[in-house]
Amino acid sequence: MTDPSTDAPLKQTPLHALHLALGVRMVPFAGYEMPLQYKAGLMAEHLHTRRKAGLFDVSHMGQLKITARSGSNADAATALETLIPADVLSLGAGRQRYGLLTNEDGGICDDLMFANMGDWFYVVVNAACKDADADRIEAAIGNRVTVERCFDRALLALQGPAAEAVLAPICPDAAAMRFMDVRETRIMDTPVIISRSGYTGEDGFEISVAAKDAEHVADALLANENVLPVGLGARDSLRLEAGLCLYGSDLDTTTSPVEASLMWSIQKARKPGGSRAGGYPGAGEVEAQLAQGTQRVRVGLQATGRAPVRGGAPLFADPNGATQVGVVTSGAFGPSVDHPVAMGYVAPAHAGTGMPLYAELRGRFVPVTVAALPFTPARFKR
Amino acid sequence: MATYYTKSHEWVRIDGDIATVGITRHAADELGELVFVEAKDAGVELKQGDAAAVVESVKAASDIYAPVSGSIAGFNSRLTDEPTLVSNDSEGEGWIFKLKIDDSEALSAELSGLMDQDSYAAQIG
Repeated sequence: MTDPSTDAPLKQTPLHALHLALGVRMVPFAGYEMPLQYKAGLMAEHLHTRRKAGLFDVSHMGQLKITARSGSNADAATALETLIPADVLSLGAGRQRYGLLTNEDGGICDDLMFANMGDWFYVVVNAACKDADADRIEAAIGNRVTVERCFDRALLALQGPAAEAVLAPICPDAAAMRFMDVRETRIMDTPVIISRSGYTGEDGFEISVAAKDAEHVADALLANENVLPVGLGARDSLRLEAGLCLYGSDLDTTTSPVEASLMWSIQKARKPGGSRAGGYPGAGEVEAQLAQGTQRVRVGLQATGRAPVRGGAPLFADPNGATQVGVVTSGAFGPSVDHPVAMGYVAPAHAGTGMPLYAELRGRFVPVTVAALPFTPARFKR
Repeated sequence: MATYYTKSHEWVRIDGDIATVGITRHAADELGELVFVEAKDAGVELKQGDAAAVVESVKAASDIYAPVSGSIAGFNSRLTDEPTLVSNDSEGEGWIFKLKIDDSEALSAELSGLMDQDSYAAQIG
């Protein structure tokens, strides 16, 4: 398979042979040949993940090992705070947090997960951004940290209410972990890094493992009758129901953390008046937006009818399409909620929950309502 | 009644001046479970190859084209509540819309450009 935009050969993940053996439909995604869906299909894979457990191959994502040159992990945290507007310094060992990389205009270069591993930071970034992110970190703070690109490692996500019961028998450490805990441990005899987090709104784990051991671990998880392999198709509808942003669709370099409703990812210490306020790229712009407001804000959108409203659809305040007040950035049918779900950006005056809007769909204007996110309640093990 | 097939994976069955249209088993399998189906409004006049209906899977929307010229004469209203009928019985109960054919001479010419079941089976391999 080749990349349709560049004709370059697509990369394959360490689980490629397993996907083919399982029966899969592959698609090009971020330079990789990735599973869109398996035999069960998007709808069944989505519902199974919410009922039991789904196993996702997300090895295309970028895994970084960031280590302080001084040997003190606090120095790495302090350096990362110059790039990420989150409280990195107070994050305890064995804990993970969501964060953003911002640019000088306060736009979002990427969103990521970072974890304090005791004497280094484990960072997971989006596939399409991983080289640029690593370059950016090296260029900015390479004098204080080393950035190891662990792009050959596999990353599996085991998501769903049965995840703990599936993993614990082959990884006893897993059961005691709570949401956003991270451990270096073993699955059977295989060294892994596991975090109790994911991208579905369900309880679950992400499992980082050396490429050579990936199939061994995946086989062991799939051997459990509660686990179904799940592709990127269902991953998208799951994250959308969970109200989670997809970088490149809902977030990009022109959206700020304020507009994206992601100020919760900037903890008190980094906000105006905090002990380490600002100090990240674009902090001035973000703080000005906080004080003065923005022209648009990210909201959830629920269609009244059955027709899915997709990314790119313009949003209007009136049913005749006279006054555009926003745009849909991603949308799909939500199998668990059994109605179309979407998110987008709208002018603040139209952003209140319950506000009626109209999305342009094939030349018509279909009613949608601004909805609270998530569409499905999060079921994390707090 | 003969069934004809298009390169864009519609089937059409002619009964007098009414053409019944759906998507093929192959197309239904490719699309996966459908969540929404709608056709243009009754009376809308279409030329062969015009977009006539839309089927939506969880992931994406796909146009369905008029295999022959005619005006929309009906929509399979069962699909409103049960779009998966298309996936489950694509060439039977899961038909999508009917066209009223206004020009029977033009119809013959249009049908001659479509495929029979064997040619279609050969195309999809």
